[in-house]
Amino acid sequence: MSIVLDIIASSGLWAAVLRIATPLIFGTLGALLCERAGVLNLGIEGIMTFGAMVGWLAVYHGADLWTGLLVAALAGAVFGLLHASLTVTLGLSQHVSGLGVTLFASSLSYYLFRLIVPLSGSPPTIEPFAPVNVPLLADLPFIGAVLSAQTPPTYLALLLALLLAYVVFRTPLGLAIRMTGENPHAAEAQGVNPMAVRYGAVIVGSALMAVGGGFLTLSAFNSFFPTMIQGRGWICIALVVFASWRPGRALFGALLFAFFDAFQLRLQTAVDGVPYQVFLMTPYILSIVALCVMARRARVPQALMQPYRRGER
Amino acid sequence: MRFERREHRPLALIVLTPLLAVAAALALSGLLIAAAGAPVLEAYWRILVGAFGSRLSATETLTRATPLMLTGLAAAVAFRARVWNIGGEGQFYFGAIATAAVGSQLLAGAPGYLSIPLLLLSGAVAGMVLLIVPLWLRLRFSVDEVVTSLLLNFVAVLVVSMLIDGPLKDPLAFGWPQSQSVADAAMLPKLVARSRLHWGFAIALVLAFVVHFVQSRTVFGLKSRAAGLSPEGAVFAGVPLARTLFLVACLSGGLAGLAGAVEVLGVKGYVTTDLSPGFGYSGIVVAMLAGLHPLGVVLAALFTATMFVGADGMSRALKIPSYIADVTVALSLITMLVAVFFAQYRIRR
Repeated sequence: MSIVLDIIASSGLWAAVLRIATPLIFGTLGALLCERAGVLNLGIEGIMTFGAMVGWLAVYHGADLWTGLLVAALAGAVFGLLHASLTVTLGLSQHVSGLGVTLFASSLSYYLFRLIVPLSGSPPTIEPFAPVNVPLLADLPFIGAVLSAQTPPTYLALLLALLLAYVVFRTPLGLAIRMTGENPHAAEAQGVNPMAVRYGAVIVGSALMAVGGGFLTLSAFNSFFPTMIQGRGWICIALVVFASWRPGRALFGALLFAFFDAFQLRLQTAVDGVPYQVFLMTPYILSIVALCVMARRARVPQALMQPYRRGER
Repeated sequence: MRFERREHRPLALIVLTPLLAVAAALALSGLLIAAAGAPVLEAYWRILVGAFGSRLSATETLTRATPLMLTGLAAAVAFRARVWNIGGEGQFYFGAIATAAVGSQLLAGAPGYLSIPLLLLSGAVAGMVLLIVPLWLRLRFSVDEVVTSLLLNFVAVLVVSMLIDGPLKDPLAFGWPQSQSVADAAMLPKLVARSRLHWGFAIALVLAFVVHFVQSRTVFGLKSRAAGLSPEGAVFAGVPLARTLFLVACLSGGLAGLAGAVEVLGVKGYVTTDLSPGFGYSGIVVAMLAGLHPLGVVLAALFTATMFVGADGMSRALKIPSYIADVTVALSLITMLVAVFFAQYRIRR
């Protein structure tokens, strides 16, 4: 018991929570935006992989770190455009299109990475984002220690959750997005173009996913390696359900999830006799449990996964 | 511009669709090969030679196609009934580890005619179990099985990793995490001498025909297709939806688990965590390329295996990453989706 308390009382744990949560926040918000407009984006896993790869590559070739994140976002937007073309214009199965985007984006990442950076003993590295001290906040006891370990993209993720909550619930644009996700026919009757809204949401959402991937290579680690996303994208999809499609709860869900993840990492070193694989599988099992608990209560956007064709019911 | 459903689809269009899709995918990856500064046509020629140029390479391609046929069938039967089984990879590993466990512990001394069928069965059952979980969660809690079956892939590989690092660890593998081997008597006989091609290929081929028969000629096949076309309609017509989907999950998970069992009994004899280079995920592409048709799965699996086996030699010769095979296969999934759409719809202004 005292082990558990020691772990929870350490500022290192809470610093890790924010670090682990950051890519999940970006990814979950991105997926949430797509789904609010009625498009399930299972391209997320591959888009995060591509964002991680291309952001890293840009910085490796001399771009600065923010440019790296921007490049990742643009690449994500391109894959979003692909997914939107398949699911919005052609109205294809969102499940299968998304998987196609994931398989394509991740294999393309590995191909381009290997092509540009030939195989070597130790993977090349870049200088990642350094932690920043925010004046005043850094002086607070405990919280200061937690926050001063964070890099700028983490703050960006936290602000983004607030911004998205505001946009979705407090602006005409947000209303148009929600209407499109609930009932595109009614949205069209109100003068909203559901096709345009869906395209926009999927493109911007995919850009956010890619930034989440970029955080991994530009802040959390300093190199790219295949399979580094490790199912984070799928976890984000689960977190959107857990959050009942609300940005604020998505932020909470990502932090809660990151807490369990950071906690199990520390417990792993403190507890003997339990195979480390048991700890590693907890995040995935937790996601499944969270889905089961929330799926019934969650208010699913009513037109999610339904293609919209003008003049067709 | 709008899309209008074609009322009549000529047979030629249906046959041409996958061919055009593959051609488009090859053309698009050709751009990537050209971007790498390599001759595109020579690259594709080398892939073909690498996959079929010699007796060894041809048998290797068929060996590689074997698990792909089974995981492709697994995805095809599930998708037909709109059971979105994306967990083929995990089911493959569950089937493989169950086979290795039963084969190295319980049936270590049994004769082949007894142990081979029992081991194939245990692999299939293990795969079934792993898919029944997400299906049950869907029916009980209305949780989307796409996400749960995907997440279980990661759990399954970790379970395998735990077992081959613990109770099933081979003490003679120099500390390398690897399961104990099944007895030699339990290994599937070779189909072609002095090659790796084993009887699993024939099993997969027969199963493709069996699945085709089940889907097109049996009551269960009709029910499962009805459940996929329209769940509400199927219920209205008196199809017991939950029971039908349960059986579909058993069939699909069983086929994916069998793929793992066949790979263990046919090729390696033991399990490592890199036993599958993504057979489960490629199975999804195979199923889509086949238009979810069980016999089409055979051809689609051959195409996919050709790309993977052929790309190995090509990439060494032309200094192109062998990931180009993965890119081409993924692209062919996307082009196939688009091609199927335009086979069903025409553009009207």
